[in-house]
Amino acid sequence: MYGWLWRHLPGPAMVRVLILLALAVGIVVALFTVVFPAVAPLLPLDQNTLGDGS
Amino acid sequence: MSLAEAPPSAHRPGHARRGGSPGTRLLGVLGELLITAGVIVGLFVVWQVFWTDVEGSRAAASHIDSFEQSLPVSPEQPAVEQTGPPPTEPAPAPGETFATMFVPRWGADWQFPIAEGVARAGVLDAGFVGHYRATQMPGEIGNFALAGHRQSHAKPFYGVDRLETGDEIIVQTAQAWYVYRVTESYVVAPTDTDVLAPNPGDPTAEATERTITLTTCHPLWSTRERWIIHGVLDHWVDRADGQPAELIAMEEDG
Repeated sequence: MYGWLWRHLPGPAMVRVLILLALAVGIVVALFTVVFPAVAPLLPLDQNTLGDGS
Repeated sequence: MSLAEAPPSAHRPGHARRGGSPGTRLLGVLGELLITAGVIVGLFVVWQVFWTDVEGSRAAASHIDSFEQSLPVSPEQPAVEQTGPPPTEPAPAPGETFATMFVPRWGADWQFPIAEGVARAGVLDAGFVGHYRATQMPGEIGNFALAGHRQSHAKPFYGVDRLETGDEIIVQTAQAWYVYRVTESYVVAPTDTDVLAPNPGDPTAEATERTITLTTCHPLWSTRERWIIHGVLDHWVDRADGQPAELIAMEEDG
């Protein structure tokens, strides 16, 4: 998977490393700002209300 | 076979395993997927434990700022303590900021905005303490019940176990300051909604006191139970008249 990605990225090794870093940062930002906030209320991790919470 | 006899490889070392049987390659992809999943779960823990506090505190500070700018001035002088019927607070819309609260026991820096409702998105996960919509408003006879996180999302009620009987809980609205004093602290099951009743001491009886209730999760890092704090209104003060002496004392102590 990652080997395939590495082989299909253009440019010399240094450029590929930079592209991968940018990709990783983008994915982390997407996880922190969109995915995790959307998923967290569905998980029974930090509920603190009583009853059905109304 | 010694190293000297090894045939020269046409591939770079990183590509050595590129061939392999389809089964081996499938296992390789599966392994990479599992490692990726592990990293994502790790990132989720970092987000939940650390990042939600950073974002929550920032959001809380900005909610307080914009709410306080909308408030009429309250001179920084001790006001006359009133024990008669307080003003009637208008019912807020869901998600609306209608108050902030102070707890001197938790330090002079501790102040949190209170919004209507206890939804996770938009209220509890957005830097607010939430007001149970079915319960009464500040100062009203009955139960002014609030929910807040004890961990993550700026953990407003983290210090709940340090509150002692007699500690002040001060609520500020556009009309008045309400000074409650803690009377009780105990743990219940998440299903025990009697603590939100207008008269939590005797849910079947009519309310006679002006109660405040804080609810948060318990034990730490668990959601098995709920920690409950009750308090009753000690007095209130008119905003135009000044501020509660307890608040001024807290700010002077730092």
